[in-house]
Amino acid sequence: MADFVLNQWWLLAAMILSLVPLVLQFTRDGVMPTLETLDRRWIFLIMFWAVLVPIYYIGVTGETFPETPSALAEATFEEIERLEEGDRLLLAFDFDPASEGELGPMATAFVKHAAEKRLRLYFMALWPIGPQMIADAINEIILVDYPDMVYGEDYVNLGFKSGNEGVIKVIVTNLRELYTTDARGTAIGDIPMMEGIENIQQMDLVVNISAGYPGTKEWVQYAVTPYPDRIRLVGGATGVQAPLLYPYIPEQLPGLLGAIKGAAEYESLVNAAYGGDDTDPKYLEALRRMGPQLVAHLLIIGLIIAANVIFFLNRRRVARS
Amino acid sequence: MKRDTLVWTLLMVVGAAALFGRAVFTTDGMGREYVEAVPVGADGQQIQFQASTYGAFLAAQAADPNQTDIQFSLPRSIGLWIAALFTLAILSFLYGDNPFYRIAEAIVVGVSAAYWMAVGFWTVIVPNLLAKIAPGMIQGWAMPGLTGPEADQNLWYVVPMILGVMLLWRLAPTGAWISRWPLAFIIGTTAGLRMIAFLHGDFLAQIRNSIVPLVVLTQEGFDLSASLTNLIAVVGVLCCLAYFFFSFEHKGMVGHAAQAGIWILMITFGAAFGYTVMGRIALVAIRLEFLLDDWLWLIDPIGRRVA
Amino acid sequence: MKRSVPLLITAVGGFALIVAYFIPYTEALGETVAVWFDILAAIAFILGGGNLLKQHLKKISDRGPGWGYSGVVIGSFLITLFIGLSKVGVPPLAEFPDFAWSGDFIGIGTPFWFIYQYAFVPLTATMFAMLAFYIASAAFRAFRAKNLEAILLLGTAFIILLGRTFAGVALTNWIDPTGPFAGLRIENLTVYIMSVFNTVGNRAIMIGIALGIVAVSLKVLLGVDRSYLGKE
Repeated sequence: MADFVLNQWWLLAAMILSLVPLVLQFTRDGVMPTLETLDRRWIFLIMFWAVLVPIYYIGVTGETFPETPSALAEATFEEIERLEEGDRLLLAFDFDPASEGELGPMATAFVKHAAEKRLRLYFMALWPIGPQMIADAINEIILVDYPDMVYGEDYVNLGFKSGNEGVIKVIVTNLRELYTTDARGTAIGDIPMMEGIENIQQMDLVVNISAGYPGTKEWVQYAVTPYPDRIRLVGGATGVQAPLLYPYIPEQLPGLLGAIKGAAEYESLVNAAYGGDDTDPKYLEALRRMGPQLVAHLLIIGLIIAANVIFFLNRRRVARS
Repeated sequence: MKRDTLVWTLLMVVGAAALFGRAVFTTDGMGREYVEAVPVGADGQQIQFQASTYGAFLAAQAADPNQTDIQFSLPRSIGLWIAALFTLAILSFLYGDNPFYRIAEAIVVGVSAAYWMAVGFWTVIVPNLLAKIAPGMIQGWAMPGLTGPEADQNLWYVVPMILGVMLLWRLAPTGAWISRWPLAFIIGTTAGLRMIAFLHGDFLAQIRNSIVPLVVLTQEGFDLSASLTNLIAVVGVLCCLAYFFFSFEHKGMVGHAAQAGIWILMITFGAAFGYTVMGRIALVAIRLEFLLDDWLWLIDPIGRRVA
Repeated sequence: MKRSVPLLITAVGGFALIVAYFIPYTEALGETVAVWFDILAAIAFILGGGNLLKQHLKKISDRGPGWGYSGVVIGSFLITLFIGLSKVGVPPLAEFPDFAWSGDFIGIGTPFWFIYQYAFVPLTATMFAMLAFYIASAAFRAFRAKNLEAILLLGTAFIILLGRTFAGVALTNWIDPTGPFAGLRIENLTVYIMSVFNTVGNRAIMIGIALGIVAVSLKVLLGVDRSYLGKE
């Protein structure tokens, strides 16, 4: 920490300088009047620093917080872990760059885990931007770290189809009606790993990473619920979505990763099992992102407490007068 | 000079000076993209430029100063700077509305709509509609890989094509009723899909998930903790439903149950708020990581600039 | 004709899917209807783009406030659309070099990819990132522990916010993780709140919403609710 302060003094100086006018206002007008009339842009600025400084600190030092996986993250991990080499895993990437901050690390960890297990990966998307997320996963993980995996034999990108839940409704009984080709335009019949696949009931597990509609809820409703003995699903969801999916656990959804914390827990499990002592830092993305989370969460708590202190002091003052 | 103008001017001058200093006076500089030329295809005739790193460039230069496999990419570097400026333009709205934000916002709208259209055309309309009606033509044009039973003609697909044309009639100044037919189809199928799914997946399944033993017996005997949890689960759902039930006045037992339901819902909303905050912070973190890492080269968490 | 045919189409489309759910022999019918629905969803993208163009062209012709920005919308829309639809700069697939239109329209390094990577990603991702700042402002302005309900909401939010970071672990590290009070460690409290109280609350909401959707769907399919057809 001391080294960081000494070497990166300019960052701290910039932060302090930017907040000088606020401090001056506090000293000039007093704490209470300043807080009561606080311009929201000061809150924006403080939030900016609360996220930026930890990112910078972790980026420079490489330090991260230890993660203790929750039972739900372990259940998700175990769902993939129990699969055998060559088993079929459907990876539905239903998210876009707007939620990549939360879901990108999950996607990375899922693909790494599946590739380590030598599963056969079937990528698809219900979001129009999903194919780009799939391309990122293939280009940055499979092609770089698992070059022995062969397209068409070990993994295939089926791409995007429009229709939201309508797509799930079709592919649970007839995949080939909609997916006549893969994303590259190769006929499904010419792809070796598609041989004998008629519908997604033949998948050994479905992993859905979703940022909203359509997403895990629709996969539960249209795939798992009608075929509970044949389709098993685990999900990764954004912070907004995750609490809404808890009623499905565990009967309809045996595993769920919620927001960046869920990603960090799962990441730590995958790295502990397959990362070795020298894990590539690209597989520590969620763990790094937990730093800014900590400071920003504390800031939010601080803001709520400060606002309530003002509220109750004012109420007491009004009651007295 | 107005205060806002002064702040904007100051921010721009300081920012531009800092960027200039960073780009010119530091050893490694900032904001450059590198690519690697990779031969593709059966005969390796085509060259594809894949993303590389400054670190890989340095390593390749050290091995062979005349190498051209990994090289600086001007178009991608310009793209990176545009992406950074777009990021700053959107963030500038936090200070106040301004033309940079407005332009960026307009570009988001235009690019997103066109992007979705292009994706819809190439991934659904061509392979799932046109290739079904005229497979030979589509095979000879954009999908040479379309072979076998997937290339069979199916003229039933003329129906969604006609419905599609009727749907687009909505854009025409007259004959709005024509678009009601496909709209009715969309509404009807959505209702059909959702009615069963919500009834089965949510209504019935959630009632079933709520039917749990209130006295949990394990091999060790009575499990107080699990029993209490199940009791809360069952009674809690009933209390929340009592609050949603407006056919009775919320008085007496119903009133008490509804009040308990409100408390549980408040805890639920508190949890949702906590999770929402968590999600939003991660979204801002990735953008600031982009600025600090990809653009400014101030941090290098995954070692992309190490030879 | 203008109203009765759409009502019939609605009922046939919807009931075909419902019947397919119960009678396996009609599964293919359900699939066909769902596939047509999926194709219309793609055509709806075109309708959306066309509508956007129409609205902004009107704004320009009316010289309404901010019409210049409408020009930017149309410019970026048309450029992206042209590049996307005409596969500008997209090389043919390596295995089919003679088919000029066979290339991957979102392939890396293509102009369409440039638009995605350097415009779409930063713009949309930063738009959503802005919410973090507004939620901080809302936290300061909106949350007041005025009564028991508000205290429950705030208390839960505090526990979740602490429990989902290392702060929760650090604050209650002194409680023995294997002892009888282990459940009071903040990270364990978080798990308990999520898996019990949050599940219960959301389950009740889910049951309520499901009933609402079933009712609305039935009204639409039976022709009781015709609001989607607009006025005569």
